[in-house]
Amino acid sequence: MANKLAQFGNDLHSGKKSYGFVPHRKRWLSLALVIVILAALVPVLKGGYNLGIEFRGGSEFTVSSVANEDVTIGQDAISAAAPEATDVRVTNISSNTVRAQMSELGDDETLAVGDALRAAYGVERDDVTSSFVGPTWGAGVTKQALIGLAWFVVLVMIGMALYFRTWKMSLSAIAGLVFTIVTTVGLYALVGFEITPSAIIGFLTVLSYSLYDTVVVFDKIRENTEGIEGRRDVTFSEQVNLAVNQTLVRSINTSVVGILPVGSILFIGALLLGAGALKDLSLALFVGIIVGTIGTLFVAAPAYAVLRLGEQSVKEQERRVEGIRAGIVPEEETSETGQSPSLPAITVREFNFPTNNQ
Amino acid sequence: MATKGHSAKARGALVSMVLLLLLLAGGIFGTTLAGGSWSPKLALDLSGGSQLILSPQVNDADGGEITDEQLEQAVEIIRQRVDGSGVAEAEVSTQSGQNVVVSVPGVLSPETRDLIQTSAQMSFRAVLNSGAPTPVPGDAVAAEESLPAPTAEPADGSDYNWVTPELWREYEALDCSVPTNVDEAEQDPNAAIVACSTDGQEKYILGPIEIHGTEIENASFSQVTGGTGYSTGQWGVNIDFNDPGTATFKDVTTRLNSIRGANPSDPRARFAIMLDGAVLSSPVTQAVITNGQPQITGNFTEQEASQLAEQLKYGALPISFTIQSEQQISATLGADQLRMGLLAGLIGLVLVFVYSLFQYRLVGLVNISSIIVAAGFSYGVIILLGHLMNYRLSLAGVAGLIVSIGLMADSFIVYFERIRDEIRAGRTIPAAIDHGWNRAKRTIMASKAVNLLAAVVLYFASVGNVRGFAFTLGLTAIADLIITFLFIHPLMVLLGQRDYFRNGGKWSGMDPAALGATPLYRGAGRVRSAEETEARLSLAERKRRERLAAAEEEMAATDIKEQGRGE
Repeated sequence: MANKLAQFGNDLHSGKKSYGFVPHRKRWLSLALVIVILAALVPVLKGGYNLGIEFRGGSEFTVSSVANEDVTIGQDAISAAAPEATDVRVTNISSNTVRAQMSELGDDETLAVGDALRAAYGVERDDVTSSFVGPTWGAGVTKQALIGLAWFVVLVMIGMALYFRTWKMSLSAIAGLVFTIVTTVGLYALVGFEITPSAIIGFLTVLSYSLYDTVVVFDKIRENTEGIEGRRDVTFSEQVNLAVNQTLVRSINTSVVGILPVGSILFIGALLLGAGALKDLSLALFVGIIVGTIGTLFVAAPAYAVLRLGEQSVKEQERRVEGIRAGIVPEEETSETGQSPSLPAITVREFNFPTNNQ
Repeated sequence: MATKGHSAKARGALVSMVLLLLLLAGGIFGTTLAGGSWSPKLALDLSGGSQLILSPQVNDADGGEITDEQLEQAVEIIRQRVDGSGVAEAEVSTQSGQNVVVSVPGVLSPETRDLIQTSAQMSFRAVLNSGAPTPVPGDAVAAEESLPAPTAEPADGSDYNWVTPELWREYEALDCSVPTNVDEAEQDPNAAIVACSTDGQEKYILGPIEIHGTEIENASFSQVTGGTGYSTGQWGVNIDFNDPGTATFKDVTTRLNSIRGANPSDPRARFAIMLDGAVLSSPVTQAVITNGQPQITGNFTEQEASQLAEQLKYGALPISFTIQSEQQISATLGADQLRMGLLAGLIGLVLVFVYSLFQYRLVGLVNISSIIVAAGFSYGVIILLGHLMNYRLSLAGVAGLIVSIGLMADSFIVYFERIRDEIRAGRTIPAAIDHGWNRAKRTIMASKAVNLLAAVVLYFASVGNVRGFAFTLGLTAIADLIITFLFIHPLMVLLGQRDYFRNGGKWSGMDPAALGATPLYRGAGRVRSAEETEARLSLAERKRRERLAAAEEEMAATDIKEQGRGE
């Protein structure tokens, strides 16, 4: 299979095999738009996001090392110790661990519920933990995160515009970013996981990952399209598409390698650990890495092609090459002129290279 | 020659990597001598403990945002309260210029919790009696019949009629030599109380509150000037009362000053400035203050004067705290999380290793070893920072580390896919490594810059957990760059010179045949001519070749040099 993959890579590289990221750009971009709209609709249809206790506010108890995981034990203990508690949710979050969430309790009730749970499940004092979260806490975290996000996007746009010498790459990278984040959040909501501060961290990382991935692909596009105005053999959009195809194996390998550790956190988190942070974070990342890679391939790169194809010089370049192909100007003649002299030089040098190693 | 120069450079780079690691290990060893350890400091969610996040509010007329200075004061106050309650290893810090975070190992007692939360009150009371801070010994306690007995309703704050027999007994038993917190709620503002001085040197019986801290408009400290305006070299603390404060303070000082006139050593000539139920200072009244601007003198050092002035200012601006979140994490749960996190990391690593070998064959080992070196490097930095900057590894931080495995491997992937591209284009392996690097390093630097930027922005804009995560992301991005330049690349260069890899051995991961390229140089002196090559090329390949050639010209000085040598 490795050989097949290598062969796959070879064919992509030479252009023998090619996926139409750019030729079918309209299809991909409209599909992306539909997905974004659907993803944004998910929470509306599901009646809002499933917000974690950090956003709702309330009291939470975790009982570990329990022998009997029956949640009704906890429910009974809570209703006996704090009859006024509302919105009581007792869940078995992993083997030997039970979590109870409820409306905010006073100090005395918190102690009473903690003691009741300890007695009901027959565990040590150290095994019961309690937390209390004010409803503004999660909002505060989110507000800070959004401020960070805004700064990040602005700085990255400027940085990319400087590095690639065109704001069009910045803009299309942001288009890919929007697709990635909206879709990721939508999928996350679809799974029904709670949105917790950890998930927010995950989404922020997805942003960083998505842009990172885009920069790698765009760097190849930049390289392939350098001096495109003078090229008579290939069109601009073909070169962009070739770049995306040439980096496809890298994109696949990188997302696989990125997903493996995240997937193992998700697996461990969901199956063995259950509790909050790791699980929420890894689900956000798991979805985000896949969507981020797709976003670069199907949104950012086609969007860049669309933006550049609006330029007069690029339009002319495409028309000229198409003209040559149509036989108005013989292809051979043009492609040989001006570029062939450098050919022998490669051959000579490549031939000599190994002999240096003595 | 060129390759020799290359390998010397590569070896040099590897040596600097080793030196860097040794330096790090040496640094950690250095900190262990100063009490550090070889394992990272763990945050509360992994080590277990309690965390309170408090948001301070200033109850003044403006009701505005809390200033940095006020926040610092709030932290100071809370630190004093927590230390006073005898909790060891408590950490009090600010968070994003808005909140105060209190972290304590173990369980936070409800008393400590209440104490931290209550808004501090500053008040002025007249002193009725004072004495040594230790409990009165059994043989010296007052006999039942000689206990003070109030005979009438107290007329003013200095009236002995405030002192009941019970209060006297309480006073006798009070031990101020051990730091304890007095529950302010039990100190009736309208009755006499017993109290300790903040430094534990004296204890008091005090009359009811006569002036509240809110009546202080401002406080400052300065050198005391003598009658003719020259500086005495002493430090004094100046208080400015507002109008009602000025009026009350005039009455109080009039009363106390007359007591002093009758008997200069009468404790009732003093008034006590109280904060959080303890006496900050208890100066003797030397004059009637009519303008509301007293100066407290004593044997203050500049620092003491400044501290008292700060405390008085704080009294003028009572800060109260609301609890935003309170978390208790049991040590067992924390340990569980850490163990599972590490297990997940390990599984992830093994999967990445298997995938690398599968995808990249023997060269995959370079990737694997680079991840191991990077992991060791990051781990070392975290330990070192734990000691130097008190950086604590949280669960989010562990997650950041695990996530970075993928990002770290990506540097290798970008680089190595580039090498493969060059091999496909027909280059020899050492040349492909060279050219691949020239192209890939730009991409790697640009993409890592994005990661680093994200980490820095997140770090500065965020709070709590997000911060720990951003920190590890940034740290690993830097570690990644270092390792790419000082480890992966030199190792590839050196490998490219081993016969097996240079000839693209079947399992090297760089087998040109498997990559669909036939090298121009085919060993045993057989060389394909340029024409032959040209003839064999498909149209697409030829196009590529041309592009390569065009790009070739750009490749700067080093290439030209090599070419010169080759010919």
